[in-house]
Amino acid sequence: MRRIVIVGASACGSSAAATLRDEGFDGGIVLIGEEPTPPYERPPLSKEYLRGEQTLERAYMRPLDWYGEHDIDTRFGVRATGIDTDAHRVALDRGGEVPYDSLLIATGIRNRQLDVPGAELPGVLGLRTAADADLIRETAQNASRAAVVGMGFIGAEVAASLRAMGVEVTVVEFFETALFRVLGADLGRVVEAIHRAQGVDMRFGEGVEVFEGDERVRSVMTSSGGRIDCDFAVVGVGTIPNAELAQAGGIACDKGVLVDATLRTSDPNVFAAGDVANHDHPLFGRMRVEHFDNAVKMGSTAARNILGAEEVFDDVHWFWSDQYDANLQMAGFAPAYDQVVVRGEFGGSAFSVFFLNGDGAVLQVFGLNRPRDVRRSMPLIRAATRVDPKALADEAVDLRTLVT
Amino acid sequence: MAEFVTVGRADEVAEGEMKVFKIDGYAVAVANVGGTLHAFQDECTHQTCSLGEGDVEGDSVVCLCHNAEFDIRSGEPISGPATVPVPIFEVREENGALQVSL
Repeated sequence: MRRIVIVGASACGSSAAATLRDEGFDGGIVLIGEEPTPPYERPPLSKEYLRGEQTLERAYMRPLDWYGEHDIDTRFGVRATGIDTDAHRVALDRGGEVPYDSLLIATGIRNRQLDVPGAELPGVLGLRTAADADLIRETAQNASRAAVVGMGFIGAEVAASLRAMGVEVTVVEFFETALFRVLGADLGRVVEAIHRAQGVDMRFGEGVEVFEGDERVRSVMTSSGGRIDCDFAVVGVGTIPNAELAQAGGIACDKGVLVDATLRTSDPNVFAAGDVANHDHPLFGRMRVEHFDNAVKMGSTAARNILGAEEVFDDVHWFWSDQYDANLQMAGFAPAYDQVVVRGEFGGSAFSVFFLNGDGAVLQVFGLNRPRDVRRSMPLIRAATRVDPKALADEAVDLRTLVT
Repeated sequence: MAEFVTVGRADEVAEGEMKVFKIDGYAVAVANVGGTLHAFQDECTHQTCSLGEGDVEGDSVVCLCHNAEFDIRSGEPISGPATVPVPIFEVREENGALQVSL
């Protein structure tokens, strides 16, 4: 019997397992994951789950019973420690090995740690897992002041949730505004204004020099010499792909696990997907994406390709972020662009922005409380053909009619 | 089987459009796909957004909050973050009246 092993019991891993069964694969499926829980959605960890509005069970990718019903051999709470690509075996931390015919690496990412004095102090927290979210929630419930280090998506969403929980928030961010690396300065300032209106104190262009405190963190000293008193700190300053397992197995890695457009690694029997996969996108080139929707879709494509589909992963990459009453969405990818078109009033409570290349094709769209614009633009990004900028800006025009 | 309840006029839901109706406080979305009516729970099973404020795409309804996509005929999730089907209901046009059976 053919056996497919998935390392990473995550959104990506569970999506792959489900697709394998949906496609009629009736061989063995082994799903290995470090966390004791079945795969769950991580997006609520900074939002509904963090605020205690939603149980973890509600965020499960599939009910616990689903795995047994679909004959998935689950190894939750088990870590894969090695891959032998010659013998086709995965070694486990509990001892023993699991043989595979095809292997999917969906090991995801981990948080980058700040290398400053005091970073190990109790009360200096990060967010990746449900257990991390539990610790932040329990800490916040007995605290009044938080320092949030980093104003990327984790920092911005955690800051919003902490404000909703009645915690005072001071942000320390290295760049000049919120979400700078993803949204750029102009859109970042729109998000910054949303947080300012909610009473978040933001210190931009600053790093952390030291976390101070005896038994636990009591303050953060910033690079300009400022001191932020706090009861706890949440650090969200980037990630590191968990590529070591693949690398040690002799699989080509560079800023993640290298895969081709069909998500196959340098080893023909090994695929990689999700946050860890540095993939060759037909529209955007080489990239590694750390978003939920991408993880789910990549898992599905990898599963079909393990079964021989040879499908190119060409999803246009879409993500959302909810902060207070603001729903941010973005689709596409535009590291460089020639023209910007705004639909609605830039900086208002609801507007969208299109990023076009020199040929007038839409590369990327951002929507603040305009999810319909983002959704309806995705076929435009996929088509990659010239669009009339006047029509994009005209709110009376249905974006669906612009697809050629 | 529950009785059909008149929620409005059938011509209130134009082709390709959706509209939300309340039945005893419970919100039901009705979609018109190529002249065929479909009724389903308005609340998305992912994070409770309104499906009726979403988009109809072919035989799918898409929740625009987080792009959960459901088969409009069966309520089964097709893609996106939702994994729980959305409840569907019988719907009919009776002498110009739009009727739903919960």
